[in-house]
Amino acid sequence: MRYPPAFVLKRLILLLMIVWTAATLNFFIPKLTPRNPLREKLLEDASRGGYIPPGFNEMVQGYEKKFGLDQPVWKQYLTYMGDMARFDLGYSISNFPKTVGELIGEAIPWTIGLLTVTTALAFLIGTLLGALIAWSRSPSWLNYLVAPLLTLSAIPFYLLALILIYFVAFQWKLLPLGGGYSFGIVPSFSAAFIFDVMKHAILPALSIILASTGGWAIGMRGMMVTVQGEDYMTFAEAKGLKPRRLFFRYAVRNALLPQVTGLALSLSFIVSGSVLVELVFGFPGIGTLLARSVGQLDYFLIYGIVFIIIVAIGVAMFIMDMIYPLLDPRISYE
Amino acid sequence: MDRLQGVLRYIRRNPALGAGIGILLFLILFSVIGSFITNPQDAYPLAAPASKPPSAEFIFGTDGQGRDLFAVAVAGTWLTIRIGLIAGVIGVTIGTVLGFTSAFYGGWFDIVVRWVVDVLLTVPGLLVLIVIASSLGDKAVDINGMALIIAMLAWMGPTRTIRSQVLSMRERPYVMMARLNGMSGLSIIFRELIPNLLPYLGASLVGSTNGAIFASIGLAALGLGPLRDPTLGVTIYWVMNQGAFVRGMWWWAAVPISIIVLIFVMLFLISAGLDELANPRVRRTV
Amino acid sequence: MNDNGYVLRVENLDVQYHTDAGTVYANSQVSFNLKPGERLGLVGESGSGKSTLALAILGMIKPPGRIGGGEIWLENTDLVKLPEEAIRQVRGRQVSMIPQGAMNSLNPVARIKDQLIDGMIDHELGLSRSEMNRMVREALEAVELDPQVAQMYPHELSGGMKQRACIAIAIAMNPKVIIADEPTSALDVVTQRQVMQTIGHLQAQLGSAVILIGHDMGLMAQFVDRIAVMYAGKLVELGSVKDTFTHPMHPYTQMLISSLPRLENKGTFNGIPGITPLLREIPTDCVFNSRCPQAIPICMQRVPKLLEHRPNQWAACHLYQSEEN
Ligand SMILES: Nc1ncnc2c1ncn2[C@@H]1O[C@H](COP(=O)(O)OP(=O)(O)O)[C@@H](O)[C@H]1O
Ligand SMILES: [Mg+2]
Repeated sequence: MRYPPAFVLKRLILLLMIVWTAATLNFFIPKLTPRNPLREKLLEDASRGGYIPPGFNEMVQGYEKKFGLDQPVWKQYLTYMGDMARFDLGYSISNFPKTVGELIGEAIPWTIGLLTVTTALAFLIGTLLGALIAWSRSPSWLNYLVAPLLTLSAIPFYLLALILIYFVAFQWKLLPLGGGYSFGIVPSFSAAFIFDVMKHAILPALSIILASTGGWAIGMRGMMVTVQGEDYMTFAEAKGLKPRRLFFRYAVRNALLPQVTGLALSLSFIVSGSVLVELVFGFPGIGTLLARSVGQLDYFLIYGIVFIIIVAIGVAMFIMDMIYPLLDPRISYE
Repeated sequence: MDRLQGVLRYIRRNPALGAGIGILLFLILFSVIGSFITNPQDAYPLAAPASKPPSAEFIFGTDGQGRDLFAVAVAGTWLTIRIGLIAGVIGVTIGTVLGFTSAFYGGWFDIVVRWVVDVLLTVPGLLVLIVIASSLGDKAVDINGMALIIAMLAWMGPTRTIRSQVLSMRERPYVMMARLNGMSGLSIIFRELIPNLLPYLGASLVGSTNGAIFASIGLAALGLGPLRDPTLGVTIYWVMNQGAFVRGMWWWAAVPISIIVLIFVMLFLISAGLDELANPRVRRTV
Repeated sequence: MNDNGYVLRVENLDVQYHTDAGTVYANSQVSFNLKPGERLGLVGESGSGKSTLALAILGMIKPPGRIGGGEIWLENTDLVKLPEEAIRQVRGRQVSMIPQGAMNSLNPVARIKDQLIDGMIDHELGLSRSEMNRMVREALEAVELDPQVAQMYPHELSGGMKQRACIAIAIAMNPKVIIADEPTSALDVVTQRQVMQTIGHLQAQLGSAVILIGHDMGLMAQFVDRIAVMYAGKLVELGSVKDTFTHPMHPYTQMLISSLPRLENKGTFNGIPGITPLLREIPTDCVFNSRCPQAIPICMQRVPKLLEHRPNQWAACHLYQSEEN
């Protein structure tokens, strides 16, 4: 393989720094505020005469011992980092005795499923569409797509989600309003359940795909215009290549490189956007879990989710950085 | 007069910029004229009968809690743009200072700045803001406080852009000439670099403002930050929270969504236009 | 029809670009012919329409450009009338191009070998893999490149090597006509000479006809049989190297020759005083009249035709027209 050690090392350090930053922010930001989430929760529950699950008080004591005010901050920080390194994210306050890890584990397959499928589809469709729009041999009516694509690319996912819900689910009643699957169906690997899940996933997926296809198409169109002006396109045509090869192997192949870089850079944007889409649909993924934890002031859950999402983005970026040299032979020599 | 004509002529060649500025002017006019003909109090609950569809009296209708949605639209447009602009201006200011110092002094400082920017750009700002806002609680911050918090994460993009532009401009002949002629660092920056950087500064401002508005609406939609003020994001929050669709109140959602879409399309067009201004495309698609 | 033994015959070719700023008449009434194995040099200042002529012969004029009229006969086919798919089969196989900017003329993400082979595949030569590999090796050897270059990417090659790779691609399928558009303008002087020698050898070996476009009259004189001089989209003089250098006919050519550095008459052509006309309208007079020191009244009134004023020496100039009439 053509991976020079310096390249891999730099990306690895970047990944570690991202994880470290995420953990550190999670540790210090709450410290900067005068609040104590556990105390507040206990007080709130006590004032409501609420039920305190068994073991909760022990958990609180254990927590205070580790992170209480009697410990110096640096020691708390080290303890916290140790926990994070073991992915020990603690207990959920409002779902005790469930741990944050368990809750995230239940939600994350939904999100990963939704995000990988939609991002891959949007990237492929958008890139191909943009390439075709810019290709000089394409029919000129394709240019009429530019304005709608531009508009779509400027609209945040969740607004499109609201619009789709209103028309498709509410007015025309074609698809369910939200959730991951219908009430009363037991999750299993049956055809009926999978079909039900698909039906619920169409609208969230469509919101993400529609909104991000526009962006990829517009970006690719710009790159294709640039690439078609390159000398190697003229020379390739002078070789007598067939239009199909000129398009895929020369123009698209080269215009794709910045698109892939763009994909890596926009991961965090895509994730933020889809958190809100999940919330709009009540899709049982990590975004809805996050919204719920915000509503319940379940701080450990909030911090845990944020940490895991950032780590996931870092890992995805790392993977894409490792894929890129396979696409661009020049990279390893820079 | 000549100048104005020049600008108009340029805009004909750069329709994206023209359309973007047009929408911006429309939004400004809307909120300025609107503020004369509405009572700001009407944007708060119980100012009007609840759940009325658009009519002659309430042209945008009223929401489920008795806000006049026209007043909400007027106040919300302005508040949302204001959050975006405050955060954007602060972000670009920090970014410009950091970008310049980093590019000019290089060395360790530059390395640190670059790494911090690389790392923070990977971290979704919205998530960090969620941590901050939820730790602070809803009562601790007002709209301006929110803008400041968002500004803390709006400087990385501008830093990266300005740094790379300064690095490339430093090598260009006119800067070299100025240096050979003994101009000082500061006057090179102000006389030679800033004017050439203006389109990039503009694009950075638009980018940061865009990110800030996106974040502010996202936070509000999650129910974080000040929920009392009638921003567009807060309106979206109530739409989802109060089941506007289930109650058939399409206008409740249509008002904030239309304005938000207009704002984002406007920002997109302006940034595309500024991009064209900075790197005029020699070859145009036919 | 074409029984007169020419491999390429261009007749009254007009090419225009229709831009927002107006129409550019980049080639007007261009005519010349080329025998098999002949080497023709095409000189003219930048913007005079040389590349346009090359692209027209390859059938690669694109909007906003358009061939307004004329014929381009490759043996017995008029390329102007061929449909796109048919002209594609001509490109690279019968008429090939050595590009101007060797630095960026190769696909940066493909190996040299693949860039040689894909042409062979698309021309449906019906070759097996191993035959194509052999052709790749031969083409690289012909341009004096190590066979290992086949496995390399463009960024691993030096400028001279890239230009050789481009030449290998251009000659791989043994074309009848090779058009080299300023093939060495991006290279240093030493490499320039080496590359030109390679082109010279190959041309002699393959027996292809060559159109060599350039502005270095000195370099050109050593490699071509005839020289065509282009000015503002028109051919103004066409003749053997010896005739053109010893007694140029057109005043523009005369100025070009006399502006060369004296030493052995070689060196770079730097243009002559005056402004190049913008080619913005169909000429109704001599395009050179405003810069011509010998202009006579008729030069302001009529377009001179390219005529054979001396044996095998053609010029488009009214100064000789009277002798003809
Ligand atoms: N794609 C194009 N669009 C518009 N004008 C063009 C285009 N290509 C060439 N031209 C114009 O045609 C004229 C001849 O150009 P060219 O054939 O490239 O000249 P040369 O190769 O001799 O430098 C120039 O005035 C140039 O501006
Ligand atoms: Mg040229």
